[in-house]
Amino acid sequence: MKTISSNVENVYEPAEQTKKSAWKVLKNQKYLYYMSIPFVLWVFVFQYLPLWGWTMAFQKYRPGVGFFEQKWVGLEHFRTLFQDDHFYQVLRNTLAMSLMGLIAGFIVPVVFALMLNEVRLQVMKRFVQTVSYLPHFVSWVVAAGIVTKMLSTDGGVVNSLLISLHIIDQPIQFMAQGHWFWGIVTGADIWKETGWNAIIYLAAISGIGPELYEAARVDGASRLRQMWHITLPGIRPTIIVLLIMSIGHLLGTGFEKQFLLGNHLVIDYSEVLDLYALNYGLAMGRYSFGTAINIFNSVISLILLFAANGIFKRFTNESIM
Amino acid sequence: MGTVNRTAPVGRGSSKLKSKSPQDRILEAVVYLSMIGVTVLTMYPFLNVLAISLNDSVDTVRGGITIWPRQFTLKNYDLIFTYSGLITGFKISVLRTVIGTAAGLISGSMLAYTLARSDFQARKFISAFLAVTMYVSGGLIPGFILMKDLHLINTFAVYILPGLVSAFNVFVIRSFIDGLPYALQESAKLDGANDFTIYWRVILPLCKPALATVALFLAVGQWNSWFDTYLFNGSNESLTTLQYELMKILQSTTTSATNSQDAANMAQRMAQVSPESVKMAITIIVTVPILIVYPFLQKYFVKGMTLGAVKS
Repeated sequence: MKTISSNVENVYEPAEQTKKSAWKVLKNQKYLYYMSIPFVLWVFVFQYLPLWGWTMAFQKYRPGVGFFEQKWVGLEHFRTLFQDDHFYQVLRNTLAMSLMGLIAGFIVPVVFALMLNEVRLQVMKRFVQTVSYLPHFVSWVVAAGIVTKMLSTDGGVVNSLLISLHIIDQPIQFMAQGHWFWGIVTGADIWKETGWNAIIYLAAISGIGPELYEAARVDGASRLRQMWHITLPGIRPTIIVLLIMSIGHLLGTGFEKQFLLGNHLVIDYSEVLDLYALNYGLAMGRYSFGTAINIFNSVISLILLFAANGIFKRFTNESIM
Repeated sequence: MGTVNRTAPVGRGSSKLKSKSPQDRILEAVVYLSMIGVTVLTMYPFLNVLAISLNDSVDTVRGGITIWPRQFTLKNYDLIFTYSGLITGFKISVLRTVIGTAAGLISGSMLAYTLARSDFQARKFISAFLAVTMYVSGGLIPGFILMKDLHLINTFAVYILPGLVSAFNVFVIRSFIDGLPYALQESAKLDGANDFTIYWRVILPLCKPALATVALFLAVGQWNSWFDTYLFNGSNESLTTLQYELMKILQSTTTSATNSQDAANMAQRMAQVSPESVKMAITIIVTVPILIVYPFLQKYFVKGMTLGAVKS
């Protein structure tokens, strides 16, 4: 490009040359193309084609009928959605659990990483860290099974403990009462992911220069002050990037936990958008309606992501885009 | 990692002694107690499950098992191996883990290599094309319809194909390749190697740490996933997976009548005869393979997580 603009009299020839060399590069890089194009097509089929499927939300979609024969209904499904009282309950559940997960999932790993960093006994530090990863690697099926077992009324450790401490005298039916559900999901999430999410913070902490701590010690700063004035500011960029990313995934927190921990007794509190799409869209064959729910979910997520990114860019000059 | 404060070994002891104020002592006590608390909180449920799985099932009903079986027995484990769904599930789970991991590693590393080549024309486009998928997804139902249109429902392929290229994994490997000296590739090029040979002979062997990380992510993901079985192959008993079988067995008793899928019939029958101990034994069987692997790969995935986070 540069050669063209700088060489005004002789426009034709260099243009020809760049064109030629582009072809030449293409030919030279043919192996790179062979190695990447199949996967690009792959991504197109499995990640982008479902986006094309969003058109279903504006049709009265019938399976097995060609795209052009589908009947278009405009925003009808969205209107149905926004008029459904059930939808607002589901939205409330989704937002509540997402927000609780966001706040807890943002604070607890940072605190855990800060504390683990203060452990001077290397053997213990490594042991605790290895143990803390463990729940991340088990499936939600297993995790939900374990949580249910721990909270059960017959022999669950939580109830036994509370009874033996005389805090309660009747076991609490944790899994059968709706108002416990959000807390249980959040708690299960913390139990499962804290150690894993702390990895990045611990890595960031280890990148802080030791001379800062030295200087602070010379000045007589206590360990707590060092944590507050050196370690925490040192990992601030990491915290902000991860926070923005998790805000972007706010509504995409998934439904595995809710699916596996929920039951019909607590469904008023456990049903989230994806489960709503599953139960009232897919399971009933209402593909178009279900897709409208999915679209709503995705669009809100994107808006949140851009909003969070914009806000942080403005106030802290950190951004992910 | 974390040896930050150990810079001056000489005289450190004395300075430490001097600076140990009461406040620091309290902090230290709080930190150590919390860490012990975290360890107990994490370990106890697993040990409890293990103990129950090794305890006589009739005796378990009395309750009060903590981390040690009261009446030791292996009967529970004998019993679960008579359930054919679990045998099939185990086979399919192993198969999808092995194939899915291998396929994901090859495709991910190949794509990552081309994106790490700064001279590659299409590099920017493909990177952006891939990055979009990290934030936007079609969602459950369009995905389901696509699988249906591609005739992937009730096939084994539905476990492997959709997740073959993961943007996150590609970026993890690419950041690693970015860190390798470029001179290696150049000298191979001078020797007349083509780009594929460079990838296969030069880059791949050097990428082992990144590959180990990604292999762990892929394998854990494959081994642990159950929802694709539920959604696509729930009615096909020959394509069931271990996690799905466990899910059916655990779900069918937590409440009596959730999602009365017809596929749950077998599980319900199993659950009626399977006491707590048996359920816990299955949980252990499903969990153990992963618990054996992950501590050995720890140093790799810690690095991989950091790489991925920095780049993405």
